Amino acid sequence: MTISTAPVQADAEVLPVEPPAGGNRLFAWLVVAAGAVYFLLPLVTTGYWSLRAVKDTFGFEAYRRVFADPAFVRSFSESVVNAIAAIVLSLLIIVPTAYWVTLRLPRLRPVVEFITLLPFVIPAVVLVFGLIRMYGRPPLLLTRTYDSSRVLLVCAYAALSFPYMYRSVDNGLRAMDVRTLTEAAQSLGASWATILRRVIFPNLRVALLSGALLTFAIVIGELTVALFLAQQTFGPFMANLTRSKVYEPAAMALVAFAITWAALGLIAFLTRPRHKVTR
Amino acid sequence: MKAFLSLNGVRKEFAGSVAVEGFTLDVTEGEFVSFLGPSGCGKTTTLRMVAGFEVPTTGRITLAGEDITYAKPNQRNVGMVFQSYALFPNMTVAHNVAFGLRVRKEQAAARDERVAQLLELIHLPDKGDAYPHQLSGGQQQRVALARALAIRPKVLLLDEPLSALDAKIRDELRYEIRRIQQELNITTIYVTHDQEEALALSDRVVVMSRGRIEQVGPPFEVYNNPATAFVASFVGQLNRLSAVVTNSASGTVRVGDSEVRTTSPVDAPGGSEVFLMLRPEELTLDDQADNVLTGKVDTVTFLGSIVRVQVAVNGGRLTADLFNERLLRLPVAGESTLISFPAHACWVMSRESH
Ligand SMILES: Nc1ncnc2c1ncn2[C@@H]1O[C@H](COP(=O)(O)OP(=O)(O)OP(=O)(O)O)[C@@H](O)[C@H]1O
Ligand SMILES: [Mg+2]
Repeated sequence: MTISTAPVQADAEVLPVEPPAGGNRLFAWLVVAAGAVYFLLPLVTTGYWSLRAVKDTFGFEAYRRVFADPAFVRSFSESVVNAIAAIVLSLLIIVPTAYWVTLRLPRLRPVVEFITLLPFVIPAVVLVFGLIRMYGRPPLLLTRTYDSSRVLLVCAYAALSFPYMYRSVDNGLRAMDVRTLTEAAQSLGASWATILRRVIFPNLRVALLSGALLTFAIVIGELTVALFLAQQTFGPFMANLTRSKVYEPAAMALVAFAITWAALGLIAFLTRPRHKVTR
Repeated sequence: MKAFLSLNGVRKEFAGSVAVEGFTLDVTEGEFVSFLGPSGCGKTTTLRMVAGFEVPTTGRITLAGEDITYAKPNQRNVGMVFQSYALFPNMTVAHNVAFGLRVRKEQAAARDERVAQLLELIHLPDKGDAYPHQLSGGQQQRVALARALAIRPKVLLLDEPLSALDAKIRDELRYEIRRIQQELNITTIYVTHDQEEALALSDRVVVMSRGRIEQVGPPFEVYNNPATAFVASFVGQLNRLSAVVTNSASGTVRVGDSEVRTTSPVDAPGGSEVFLMLRPEELTLDDQADNVLTGKVDTVTFLGSIVRVQVAVNGGRLTADLFNERLLRLPVAGESTLISFPAHACWVMSRESH
């Protein structure tokens, strides 16, 4: 008997254990389906409305009108410029900070991480009130003109991007051996500026892109801060349109949605695991 | 010979704990010096002080007549090779090698020529356009070496450059490093915890323990005349037998019932208990040498070029390494045997020092 039991035991170890299938799997699918309906239904409805601008037919009239509206083009391009400025500002602040923390102050990492997470905790309304109270008064008076308010808006957006940017950059830095690369560059004669420019930034390209695209997706349709700073960007424009029109806002919402997803898709594409040639 | 690189009374503390102390060493130009010692003995820390990544707590470091103790790492002109290669992943091999030259704003033509010359030197002339991730570990480390050498450094520092590689590549690259070092006659400090590597490569070996230098000398010297108990046991293998001093002046001790003659006086009074230390390769399983013990064969391990035999004797166990030859009669476990060794192979050590 002992002879026959041995191989059976060995087999049992090798075979993968089947999960208790059936009920569990069905439930999982139900959850997925419910989630899909919850997210997709509004989208489908919006899509439906966006195509009904001409009575009794489906068509892209609403989209045509949106794109033909100079206010759309103006506000949208203003938002794009703001987003790019915010991204650049955010990068210039976050990359050296994250680099220095990784290299010299690893113990401060949790503190810095917490600080960069503050925009998640502080509602945008509170943030913008704080900004106006702080920078709208002498000696700065940044809220006096449209352009100076715009500077403030870009700064606020940069702050809003910190959680995403810091996370991306920090992940990127963790993926490379920052300390040794820095030391290698130093021993070859490089200065800090050279190291950042020639070694750190280029190796963070993918991380920076994903941080930048996330920032872009958030900033492009941002409403609260822009509204309180009296900026005529894409967010307020869209909100305004909702009050007077029916089909165009639906079309525009879908456009904004598409842009966001394009940004996310691009992140996924750029950060996809590459086939690595090794050995 | 005049010192080219010298460390003088160097000491390094990290938050109160001492990593390196009393480190004084003169290295001549073109010399290959290894730092050898167990993990945590301060090899890397010392190397990093020469590179400028750490600043000594006290002491001085001079290089080519210049005090560099507090000089910034990017102003020392020192080549550094790391265990993890540390090639810039965003740059091709050629750009990696050229990095230091670019930083120095060297002319493009001169730069390209230098890069080609170095790729030739490391036997990778066709890999200039490859990226680091397309190379094997051994190739990457060659490139790292070329990159460090490109700037014509005053001294080349290597911190366990081979420990991330397979045994075979390690051996190959080891000789490659030595060849290149001799070809360029570049002053080199090589950190390792692999004694074979240190012995095979170096002009001189610095054996370290707990932040201090134990012994400095040529490999042959360090291996055959260890200055301290630590060196004796860390460099090479060592048998240890319990023994009792019978005559301090003539250097005679007793192991079990047998008298053992040594060549130098024993630094312990008669009757005191000591250890007798012997290298495995100095033992033979016969009665031909000065001192003969009797024992019983414990295990026999055939290792190819050598046969390792463990023999239980009075006072402990001895490992003997015999050279293989076709006509060798392999000892058999359990049989009794004679084991002998010359008087000059004996090394007596007091028990406290161990
Ligand atoms: N940055 C640091 N901060 C605090 N302690 C350190 C630091 N660097 C090294 N040490 C300590 O100094 C001692 C010597 O370290 P070092 O890295 O020089 O050893 P090593 O001989 O290179 O060892 P290994 O063979 O493991 O690389 C160790 O006890 C280590 O913990
Ligand atoms: Mg080390």
